Amino acid sequence: MGEVIVITSGKGGVGKTTTTANVGTGLAKLDKKVVLIDTDIGLRNLDVVMGLENRIVYNLVDVIEGSCRIKQALIKDKRYPNLYLLPSAQTKDKTSVNPEQMKKLCEELKEEFDYILMDCPAGIEQGFHNAIAGADRALVVTTPEVSAVRDADRIIGLLEANEMKQTHLIVNRLRMDMVKRGDMMSSEDVVEILAIDLIGVVPDDENIVVSTNQGEPLVGSDTLAGKAYMNICHRIIGEEVPYLDLTEKKGLFSRLFGKK
Amino acid sequence: MAFADLFRKKASGDVAKSRLMFVLSADRAGCTPEVIENIKNDIIEVLSRYVEIDKDGLDIKVNHSDTESSNGGPSLYANIPIKGMRRK
Repeated sequence: MGEVIVITSGKGGVGKTTTTANVGTGLAKLDKKVVLIDTDIGLRNLDVVMGLENRIVYNLVDVIEGSCRIKQALIKDKRYPNLYLLPSAQTKDKTSVNPEQMKKLCEELKEEFDYILMDCPAGIEQGFHNAIAGADRALVVTTPEVSAVRDADRIIGLLEANEMKQTHLIVNRLRMDMVKRGDMMSSEDVVEILAIDLIGVVPDDENIVVSTNQGEPLVGSDTLAGKAYMNICHRIIGEEVPYLDLTEKKGLFSRLFGKK
Repeated sequence: MAFADLFRKKASGDVAKSRLMFVLSADRAGCTPEVIENIKNDIIEVLSRYVEIDKDGLDIKVNHSDTESSNGGPSLYANIPIKGMRRK
């Protein structure tokens, strides 16, 4: 029986879709059977981040409305044997789906998959309620900024009110250089403010932009963000992994000639 | 900015943290600044019937911290300096 994980944040642009793509791909790399669901109806994005935008035939709304079978709408990611995407509809809106229907869809997918990852839209309206309806656990993504942390706090409150069994925090886009000079809240600060358990810290890494440009999640690659995402995957499946040292490693040249 | 100010300035990360702590305590209590202002004005009105209040020294806020008396929920903190009793 699989587990449904919703990736949510409240605020937009903090990295929900990137996190969904990388965590999902990472879990598939760990030999889990995974399906990613883009629940952001009207603002489809997970398909491009995954590099699967050219293969969409049916979408989430088609499945819910019964215009096709689930199997027909699932896009198989050919790079991994166990990874599938259920894309969102671009032309419909959030009211095309309701929480009850999402719950039912999750129940069906749980028979087939180890992990079902729901990429939640920004905001706290119906799209959010659709995305969390069938979820067993939640990953709340935030960046170390006042607006993102405030929204994360609101989301955590709503998840509690909806009796989410397990909620973990991902602090995204951390810049260690700024934290060191006191100009950014540390992941410890954010954890203290939000008072929930941390499951990962992802550094602000240029490689993310490159990987998104190419439509290839960088999880597991030899980059700081790639390692951080892989560690999150290991923690999701219940392994204990120490936290990375996110201090930027300088190359030989800058170590020799660069300023301190 | 004077050179010495560089050392005196509070790190912006700490500023962010304390601002967040404050705004979240209000958010979590469901208590907006407008509500606090209304509560404050009403308290002043009621108390003023009996005592003379130092309005400048007034401090009213909602805390979300776990104090002994609040049982984990938010608590209203009010510090109201009294200048003297009003004579009937």
